[in-house]
Amino acid sequence: MELVEAIILSVLAASTPLLIAATGELLTERSGVLNLGVEGMMIMGAACGFAGAWLSGSILVGALCGMVAGTLMSLIFALMALGLAVNQVATGLALTILGVGLSGLIGAGFVGERITPAAHLDIPGLTDIPFIGNVLFGQDAFVYLSLALIVGVWWFLYRTRPGLILRACGDNHLSAHALGYPVLRIRTLAVMFGGACAGLAGAYLPLAYTPFFIPGMTAGRGWIALALVVFSSWRPGRLVVGAYLFGAVTILQLHAQGWGVGIPSQFMSALPYLATIIVLVLLSRARTGGSTAPAALGTVFVPDR
Amino acid sequence: MRKTLLALAAGLLLAGSVGAASAADKLKVGFIYLGPIGDLGWTYQHELARQALVKELGDKIETTYLENVPEGPDAERAIEQLARAGNKLIFTTSFGYMDPTLKVAKRFPNVHFEHATGYKRNANMSTYSARWYQGRYIQGLIAAKMSKSGVLGYIGSFPIPEVVSGINATILAAQTINPNIKVKIIWANTWFDPGKEADAAKALIDQGADIIMQHTDSPAAMQIASERGKLAFGQDSEMIKFGPKTQLTSILDTWGPYYIARVKAELDGTWKSEDSWGGLDSHMFAMAPYTNMPDDVKKMAEDAQAAITAGKLHPFKCPIVGQDDKPIECKGGDHLDDGQILGMNFYVKGIDDKLPGK
Repeated sequence: MELVEAIILSVLAASTPLLIAATGELLTERSGVLNLGVEGMMIMGAACGFAGAWLSGSILVGALCGMVAGTLMSLIFALMALGLAVNQVATGLALTILGVGLSGLIGAGFVGERITPAAHLDIPGLTDIPFIGNVLFGQDAFVYLSLALIVGVWWFLYRTRPGLILRACGDNHLSAHALGYPVLRIRTLAVMFGGACAGLAGAYLPLAYTPFFIPGMTAGRGWIALALVVFSSWRPGRLVVGAYLFGAVTILQLHAQGWGVGIPSQFMSALPYLATIIVLVLLSRARTGGSTAPAALGTVFVPDR
Repeated sequence: MRKTLLALAAGLLLAGSVGAASAADKLKVGFIYLGPIGDLGWTYQHELARQALVKELGDKIETTYLENVPEGPDAERAIEQLARAGNKLIFTTSFGYMDPTLKVAKRFPNVHFEHATGYKRNANMSTYSARWYQGRYIQGLIAAKMSKSGVLGYIGSFPIPEVVSGINATILAAQTINPNIKVKIIWANTWFDPGKEADAAKALIDQGADIIMQHTDSPAAMQIASERGKLAFGQDSEMIKFGPKTQLTSILDTWGPYYIARVKAELDGTWKSEDSWGGLDSHMFAMAPYTNMPDDVKKMAEDAQAAITAGKLHPFKCPIVGQDDKPIECKGGDHLDDGQILGMNFYVKGIDDKLPGK
C-alpha cells in the first residue's frame, strides 16, 4: 500500500511538467499556430526560473521568471512566424536550438548551486489521511496549478465566447478575419500563453523536481509535450489522461526493473512511447467524427486589408 | 584624422596577422564533448582536465572544444571539422565516438586521435580509460557496511561492459562483508536526464534500498537520497554539495595528468598509438574523501584503496562464480584478465536480476 502511494506520488511529479507545457501548446495549436519550440522555451524557463529563485530566495519569483522567459521566447516566435509570416516549423525548431544554447549561457553561473525546493501542501488532519492524504493534499503548488490550468483552458475553449473565436481562428482564419476578428492578435496572445506555460513547466524542473540547474536538464520533455497534444487530439480531457498515462508508464517501468521482472530494460524504456502510440491508434479507430487537428494548424496567414 | 584612422587600421591588421602567425606555430588540440561543459559530471571533468592542460602548456598549444556532440553520425562530422581546422591531436571523450573517430582517423593519417573508453585503435588512434571498477569495489565494501536494509540501489546507464563490470565489482566487494547483500538495478537507458535519474532513485528507495549508487551523470540521484535521508555515492565529479550528509565518496575522473602527458608527447614528436587503462596507481581517477561514515568503515575503505593501489588486492580475484553457479574461467592467473573485464557481459552470482539482452 505504501509502495503504491509512493508510486502515485512519483507519477504526479513526473507528469506535471508535461501537463503544464502541453496545456499551453494545446491552446496555441487550437488558435492555428504550430510552435515546435516548446523544448527551447522550457529550458529557458528552467534556467531563468532557477536564476530568479536563487537570486531572490523565493520559489514564486522563480516561477514568474520562468514564465516571463518562456513568454519572451514565444514573442520571438510570434514576431517571426506571425509578424513576418515565416514558416512555423522552421521557426519553432530554430527557437528550440536558440533556447538550448541561450539557457546554457544564462545558467552557466548557477550550475552547482542548490535551492530549497517548492514546499508541499500540509494541512493537518487532511494530509495525514493514510494513502490518499498525501496524494490529494500533500503536493506542491505546481501540481494543483497544472490541474487548474487545464480545467481553465477547457472552460475557456468550450464555455466562453473568446474561446470560440480562438478556435475559429484555428479552424478557418480567413472566415474569422472576414468576420472582423484580429486573427494575428489572437494568435499572438495564444502563442504567448503557450510560452508562459512552457516556461513554467521548465521552471518546475529546477524549482520542485530536482532543485538544481544543469544545462539540458529538460532532456526532451518539450518534445513529449508536443506529442501529447497530438495524442489528445487537441482535447483538454484527453490531454490529462495522456500526461498521466505517460508519467505512470515511465515510473512503473523503473519499478518493474527494480523488482527484476526480467524484461529487457531497453524495451521497458520504450514502453511509455509504445503505450502512447497504441492508445493513439485505438483512439483514432474509435473516433466518430469530432475534432481532430485544427484545420488551419501551421498555415501562414497574411491579412489582406 | 583620416590618416590616423588608416594608420590605426593598418596597425590593427598588423597586430592581427602577428597574432595569427604565433597561433599557427602553436599545436592545435581539439576536444569533442558528449554533454554540456556544465553537466557537473562526465563532460565537466574532461573540461577541468582541458583547463589544467591549458594552464600547464598554454603558451605552446591552442585548444578548441565542441560540446553537446551526440554519439553517432553527427560525431563524425564534428570530429572531421576539428581535423580540417588544423587540430593535430584530437580527444574524443565518449564511448559512442569510437567508430566515428576511427573513420576520421583513417581519412586523416597525419592527425593523432585519442578516444576515451573504447577498444578500437589505429596507427594514429590511441585509447584511454580508467579502471573505475577498482573504485566501485571500494564503494561496494562501504555500501555493505553502511546498509541497514541489506539492499543496495544501483542506477545504470546502458548495459555496456564498463557499467556491468562496475556492478559486479560492487557486489563482489559487498559479499565479502555481507554474503546475503541484495542489489536492485534500474537501467535509465540514458547517461543524462536529471528527472529520470531522480525517478529511478525514488523507485529504488521506495523498494527498500538505503544506499544509492549510480552510473549516470547528474547529481539528481544524490539529491533525492539526501532528501529521503539515505546514503549515496557520487559519480564522475565531487557531488557532496548536493548531499553534504549523504555522499559517502565519489569516483572522480582526473584526466588532467594524462592529457598533459599526451600533449607533451605530441610536442616532442614521441606520440605513439597506445592503449592506456589506468588504475588508482596511475591517478587516472581518484576517490573523493570518505565522508558520512564511522571511522572504522573509513579506515577499511582507505586500507582497501591502498591495497588496490599497491596491486595487492584485485577486485576480480578468482574464483568468481557466475549466475549459473559455474565458475568463470580465470584467464589472468589469480584474477580475471583485462580482456575479460573489458568485455564483461555477465552478472556474478548474488545478483538476482537478469542482464538485459542476455
